[in-house]
Amino acid sequence: MALAEKATTPLLYLRAQARWRPVEIAFWLAVVSPYALFPDYLSLASQIAIAGMFALSLDLIVGYAGIISLGHAAFFGLGAYAAGLLSKHGWGEPLSGLAAAGAVAGIVGYATSFVICRFRHLALIMLTLGFGLLLAELANSLGWLTGGMDGLQGIHTWKLLGYFHFDLYGYTAFGYALAVLFVVFLFARRLIHSPFGLSLRGIRENFVRMPAIGAPSRSHIRTIYTIAAAIAGIAGALLTQTTETVSLDSLDLSRSADVLVMLVLGGAGRLYGGLVGAVIYMVARDQFSGIAPQYWYFWIGLLLVAVVILLPNGILGGLAKLTSRWSRS
Amino acid sequence: MLPPVFGVLFDGLAYGMLLFLLSVGQSVTLGMMNFINLAHCSFAMLGGYVTIGLMHRYGFPFFATLPCAFVAAAVVSIGFERTLFRRLYRASELDQVLLTVGIVFISIGIAAYFFGTDQQPLLLPGYLRESLTFLGTRFAVYRLILLGVALAITIILVLTLEYTRFGARVRAAVDNERMARGLGINVDRTFAVTFALGSGLAGLGGALAIEIVGLDPYFALTYLVYVLIVVSVGGLGSISGSFAAAIVLGISDIAGKYYVPQLGAFLIYLVMITLLMWRPLGLLGRR
Repeated sequence: MALAEKATTPLLYLRAQARWRPVEIAFWLAVVSPYALFPDYLSLASQIAIAGMFALSLDLIVGYAGIISLGHAAFFGLGAYAAGLLSKHGWGEPLSGLAAAGAVAGIVGYATSFVICRFRHLALIMLTLGFGLLLAELANSLGWLTGGMDGLQGIHTWKLLGYFHFDLYGYTAFGYALAVLFVVFLFARRLIHSPFGLSLRGIRENFVRMPAIGAPSRSHIRTIYTIAAAIAGIAGALLTQTTETVSLDSLDLSRSADVLVMLVLGGAGRLYGGLVGAVIYMVARDQFSGIAPQYWYFWIGLLLVAVVILLPNGILGGLAKLTSRWSRS
Repeated sequence: MLPPVFGVLFDGLAYGMLLFLLSVGQSVTLGMMNFINLAHCSFAMLGGYVTIGLMHRYGFPFFATLPCAFVAAAVVSIGFERTLFRRLYRASELDQVLLTVGIVFISIGIAAYFFGTDQQPLLLPGYLRESLTFLGTRFAVYRLILLGVALAITIILVLTLEYTRFGARVRAAVDNERMARGLGINVDRTFAVTFALGSGLAGLGGALAIEIVGLDPYFALTYLVYVLIVVSVGGLGSISGSFAAAIVLGISDIAGKYYVPQLGAFLIYLVMITLLMWRPLGLLGRR
């Protein structure tokens, strides 16, 4: 951090920001540990990797570009259904399925981004919410295509790279999800530490001023929204391929809310926030899965209020504050 | 003999009035302080449960519970305003959304703890469950009363806002908060009173809604979407806008369910998105 503050030119600043820190390397080494430490929880671990990727895609628009979306699950669900339908109709190859799902979600994201980039404040929140609800209703009423309430049946994922079979314990699923997450993360990290990523943060801070210094807010928002949609679609497709099922709740409003909670819990606008939030949220939900969902929501609500009041930048924000205070003294 | 479309229109109108009661407070407070309060329907739900609790546990008559629902929602909301919401007026939209969503989740948990997750049955007195037949169309007495109450409240609200000193302060604060402060208006107190009034109306709406839409702990989330649609389509801070939007929404929802049930709520979301793209500030929004 100290290096970054000393940087004199923008390029040096970005380079200093983009340097890999020891904590990051330790984090990525630690995520492989479930293979050795919790072999019984590998399917949960792959769910966490997927949720983390979804939260990462939301972070790109909420944390960096400052666009609050209450309907991000639309893209997750689009990707999930795209991969599911492809597999159901005879093409179960996983990697090309991911690409196709990402493309479908990205195209829809690109189309809606023309609307998204024009609005701010309440209208923006309502539009994202409206798009999400609209898509969920559409999937519900197109029962012949999506299977409606029963979910999509008959999905079969082929062997990964023609060799790794998707086993019952989730060995392949976890490795696959983790590998895809890492690749996507590298892409997002590169994006954030580029001049484009810097101007996104500028847009978040002041939407009107950025065009005045030569960064077109709207086209930047369109780009990042499309990218975030594609990543969310890939996350949805991963869930479909590893669980071999898709249901309507992949599009649900509560999925949009959950991912927002994960992101905020970890800390929005810090790349790792969504990942850390996903780990904590999913593990907690697994541990408390015995209690009724309405009580689960009570505790999540309490947590949200506490985070907003006490930890405005999430857990990672709080930790960063602690370490900077510690290193100063 | 009236064609059945009148029955649909009547039901839609009554439903729209209900939505108006639920959302008018949200519209005015959002217009005043730009505070995105997603917990508004939690106060409505509180009103509903107060009515249910008083009627079933203490044997209150239905009409006596309505003022209690109003007062309970208003008092609780002011407690929240003083302790939590106040801190976030200047905060980012994301923080406002998160805090109030958190309160919605908490209210769902509390309601489920005390009343269970089932739909609450409401036992109305016999004369409220009858219906009048006029020119071959049946009009439910309860819906007629609902219509009357909502119209009366609208008139009282409009008169209060147009012709009283308090109303003038509210309008000034909605139009230009800084200027109003500069003129010596205590915007914070005006806002607190308006907030309590709006939440009280939501509580009343919640109590009146049980008979029409039922009451379960997820009420706070289900009707939140409708309230937000009314507010954003009607225009922030505009009572007449909310009124118009609530009627349009109520009628199109009931008509949609009656004529094209397979579409579900699809139609409403489509209408909302189209209207918002056309007028992002709402039909009668000004700023």
